[in-house]
Order: sequence, then C-alpha cells, then structure tokens
Amino acid sequence: MRYLTGKPGWLLLLALGLAFPWFARNDYHLTVMSTAYIFALATVGLNLITGYTGQFNLAHSGFMAVGAYTVGILTVDHQVPFWIAFALSGVTATVLGFFIGLVSLRLKGHYFSIFTLCVGYIMFLVIEKWEGLTHGTVGIIGIPAPSPIGPLAFDSPRSLYYLVFFFLVLGVWVMHRIVTSLLGRTFMAIRNGDELAESLGINLMRNKLLAFMLSVFYAGLAGGLYAGFVRFLGPGLAGVEHTFDMTMYMLVGGLGTLLGPLLGALAVPWLTQYLQFLQEYRFIVFGPILVLLVIFLPHGIVGTWLGWRARREAGVAAPSRNAPIAGPSAAEVGTRPGGSHA
Amino acid sequence: MDLFLQQVLNGLTLGGIYSLVALGLTLVYGILHVPNFAHGAFYMAGAFVSFHLMKAYGFNYWLAMLGSAACVAVIATLAERLVFHPLRKASGLHPMIAAIGILLFLEAGAQAIWGADFHRMQTPYTGILDLGGVTAPVQRLLIIAAAFGLMVVLQLFLRRTVTGSTIIAMAQNRDGASLVGIDANKVAMLTFAISGALAAVAATLYAPINLVYPAMGHLVITKAFVIIILGGMGSVPGAIVGGLIIGFAESFGAFYISTDYKDIIAFALLVLILSLRPQGLFTKGAH
Repeated sequence: MRYLTGKPGWLLLLALGLAFPWFARNDYHLTVMSTAYIFALATVGLNLITGYTGQFNLAHSGFMAVGAYTVGILTVDHQVPFWIAFALSGVTATVLGFFIGLVSLRLKGHYFSIFTLCVGYIMFLVIEKWEGLTHGTVGIIGIPAPSPIGPLAFDSPRSLYYLVFFFLVLGVWVMHRIVTSLLGRTFMAIRNGDELAESLGINLMRNKLLAFMLSVFYAGLAGGLYAGFVRFLGPGLAGVEHTFDMTMYMLVGGLGTLLGPLLGALAVPWLTQYLQFLQEYRFIVFGPILVLLVIFLPHGIVGTWLGWRARREAGVAAPSRNAPIAGPSAAEVGTRPGGSHA
Repeated sequence: MDLFLQQVLNGLTLGGIYSLVALGLTLVYGILHVPNFAHGAFYMAGAFVSFHLMKAYGFNYWLAMLGSAACVAVIATLAERLVFHPLRKASGLHPMIAAIGILLFLEAGAQAIWGADFHRMQTPYTGILDLGGVTAPVQRLLIIAAAFGLMVVLQLFLRRTVTGSTIIAMAQNRDGASLVGIDANKVAMLTFAISGALAAVAATLYAPINLVYPAMGHLVITKAFVIIILGGMGSVPGAIVGGLIIGFAESFGAFYISTDYKDIIAFALLVLILSLRPQGLFTKGAH
C-alpha cells in the first residue's frame, strides 16, 4: 500500500488514464471523464491557493469562465486560431488575477473569502449583462474544436480525451514541481502561520500573489480547454456552485495534498453519474457529506491516510484533529524531505 | 424631486431588508467568528416556509411570518448544534466549508420539496398610497416600518435585557464571558435562533415584491456580507448603517446609472472601499 502514493502510484494512475478509452463502453463515458479532467485541472490550481497557501478563494469558477470566454470570444467573434486563443485564456485569467489579488490578498482570512465571493458574483453578473462582449444569457455557440497540430487531429471523443488528459498530466506534473520546491514550502509556511512566515523573512504579499496568479492560470487554461471541448458557453460556468464543487473535490481527497484533490475531482463526478436519479438534488447528499467530512475527516481521505502513515513512521502520537489543516503534508514534508510528494 | 423621493423610498425598502439579513449575520459572526454562508439558505427557507404556510394551510400573512420565523429559528439552532458546535475550535477554513455544506443541503432540499420554479407570494397589502406625488406601494411602506421596528426591538433586547447583554458580552470576549458564568452554548444557540428568525422575517417581508425560488438567497447574502464588512464584522449599528448605504447605493444606482448593473453596485463599492481601507469603514482592526 505504501508505494501507492509514491512514483509507482502515479505511474499506475497514468497507465489507467492512458488505457481508459479501452475500458469506456461508449463515447459518453469518454466525455464524462474528459469533463472531469478539465475540472480536475482547475481543482489542482485551486488547491495551490486554498490547500497549500491557506487562502480560501471562492472566485475560482469565475476565473475559469474568464478563460473559457477568452477562447469563445476570440475564436467566434474574431476568428483567432484556437491555440492562440487557448494560450491567451491562461494569460487573461492571470492578468485579471494579478489585479484582483493585489487588492484581495491584503485582506486576511474571512475577509479574503468574502471578497472573492463578491468578485465571483461580479464576474458572473458582468458575463450575464455585457451582451456586446459575451452574448449575455444566450451564450456563445459554435466555438471551433481545437485545430489539428501536425498529424494530430482532435476530431473524435478519443482524441479530445487524450488532449485533455495530456494537459491534466502536464498540469499535475508542474504542480508537483511547484509544491516540492522551496516556493511550495514557502506557500505552506504562509498557510501554517503567516506571522511566523513573515518573521522568517518571507514576503507575504509577493508570495500570496504568486500563488494566486499560478492558481488562476490553471483555472484560465481549464476554462480554455472547456470552451474547446464543450464548444458552447453560458454565464452559468462562472456560477459559484462550480467553486463549491471544486472545494468538495479538494476536501474529499484532502486539502493541501496533490493526490487528494485529483482523486476527488475524478471520483465525485462518477458518483454523480451513478446517482443519476439525484440529478439536481445531488447536494441533498453532498451537502451533509461535506459537513461530515469537515467534522470527522478534516484532512480528507488521502490526507488522513498520509497523516496516519507519517505518524506511524515517525512513531509519534496523533495530533489533535483541530490542528491547522497542514497536518498531513507538514508531517510529510518534515519526514520525507525531497521524497515523492503525494 | 418626486423621482428623487421615489428612490429614497426604494433605498429605505432595500436597506431595511438588507439590514435585517446583515444583523443576523453579524450577530453570529460576533459569537462564532465564522462567516455563516448558510445564512442565505436560512433566508430562502424563510420565504418558502411562509409561502407554504399561506398557500397550503391558508395562514394569514402575519401568522405565516411568525410560523416561518419559528421554523427557521429551529433550523438555525440545529445547524449550530450539529455543525458549528463540533467545529468551534477548528481552523478558519473548515467551519466556512461546513457552512457551504449546509447551504447546499438546504437549497437542494427546498428544490426537492417545492421545485426549481419561481413562485409569487400573495400579500393582503396590495394598495398604493399617493404621498404628495410619491407613489408608495403599501407593501414597501410595510417593509420599512416592520424592518426598522424590528431593529429597534432587537437593539432594546440587546441593550436592556440580561439575555441580550450576554450575547454582547460573548461577542466581545468569549473567555471573559464564560469566566463570569455565561453559558456559551446557550448564548450561541440563542444567537443562531435570533439570526434565523430575522432572516425569515426579512424574506417574508421582501418576497411579495420579489419572487420565491431556491437560489433567492445568493445575492441577498452576498450583499449582507458586503454590508457587514462595510459596517465592521460583528457590529450591530454597523450592520444597520451598512444596510442603508447599500440600499441607497443600489436604488440610486439603478435609477441614475443602469438597472442592468444595479446588483454589481454593492460589490463594486466593496472592492473600492477595501482597496482604500482593507479593514472596512468602521472597524478598528480586521479579524
């Protein structure tokens, strides 16, 4: 079991992802999985600011929508080639994130969350009302599929699946590099106690801003992929319930771990698929699950398991469950320097 | 001039409702130091319960309001007992996420019971008064009178009664309050009950000139957050003043700037103010 969170575990996941089109019984399954990958990519980004840096951002789906609309508007209204628009989707989200972060990250804790909740609403309302730019409630239809790159054409569900999968793997790999670097530890130090971090000479504002921009860059790119994959857009994408969904993915798996949010983002949509009869009412089940997780398993499934393993290896007593959310990953960072990061 | 007075009337109506919602939010924040995202769902639940009591059981408007206040007070108290109490020592992120869990549950629950459609609530007060050129629907005047009346009652309760003082004491210093023998559990439950009842009354007052639907709490609660940031989190007078500021900003903004963007005005104001004063307008220091 212990090897599953190390390199072999990741290779297994990679192999499963590559082989999935052969398991999938129909194109619909491929579509469900690809959509899950897109939201997983955004969740991996959200986890950097919320899970690793400790700033509970509620505007993430807004940034995703900004990326998506960048692609939608540029390709449909201005005939920009898909890949150029896609590259710009990450850029617009990041530039916007810079300005929003500049104001919001000066606020601490709850203030930051409420501020970003409001920012999310502003984004939603602007997308809904600014018909000249965003087509308003009608939405953008007829977004072109990703154009072929050399011999690679993205004209079938299977090729689109691999395209999305490629970006998810790339995104997770880059995130792994970030969170295991000095920069990633700086972020975690801020999460675990910003006054202590500041006293160690960490520039809080600059690092929080960097984490925020990296995080919304992921959201922007995920949005860009979404536009190219689903090929129509409406203001609903910016809705705060998508941020709530992503928060749930993170929490189910474990905030501040790399594997947890990823597994959450891949597992929960399938759960929703198999609980089809719930449809719109899925939150009747998921709401209490969220509450129970927070109360009884605050570190999520992967986080709790990692914490348990780290403690067993270190032979120390279990810390209180109300310790800062860092629990498992701090232990992990402490006991496995430079080791594989789950 | 008449048009100006018309906007004043609208501003007072909106401000009254926002203040009531923000008051509940700010009381709970004062006690728990948690932004209760579920408060918007309490508001929504209040409107639906009133609507249901009137439609299915033929309750009169005021009786329905009373019933819904009691019902939502129970829901809020249950939320405190089952969710926030076990989390009272948890770090900042987790109670917020739990509050979102309650919000999602209540919204999906309302949708399962009453459907996703928009409903219109009837009110016995459909008349329109002409106050020297300003036309005032009676329901709006009612909202203003009831909201501000309730605020006075709440203020008297908090300042003049022992039970009210315990809430203030606990908001000021939890440890100090328990040192002098205040039962923190009882006060927390009472605060949640009051906050739920206020949300239900606000929703029942406002529903006849708006609509009743599962997502109706979203915008109101987000604006209530703007208000308590403006007014200082945990401050009762701040919530009232902040509510009026946002109410007036919105009604004048809708009239002089654009109806389409009226919902953005509150948020734009927040962004502007926090850019200049990160700790809010009236607070001494951010929490």
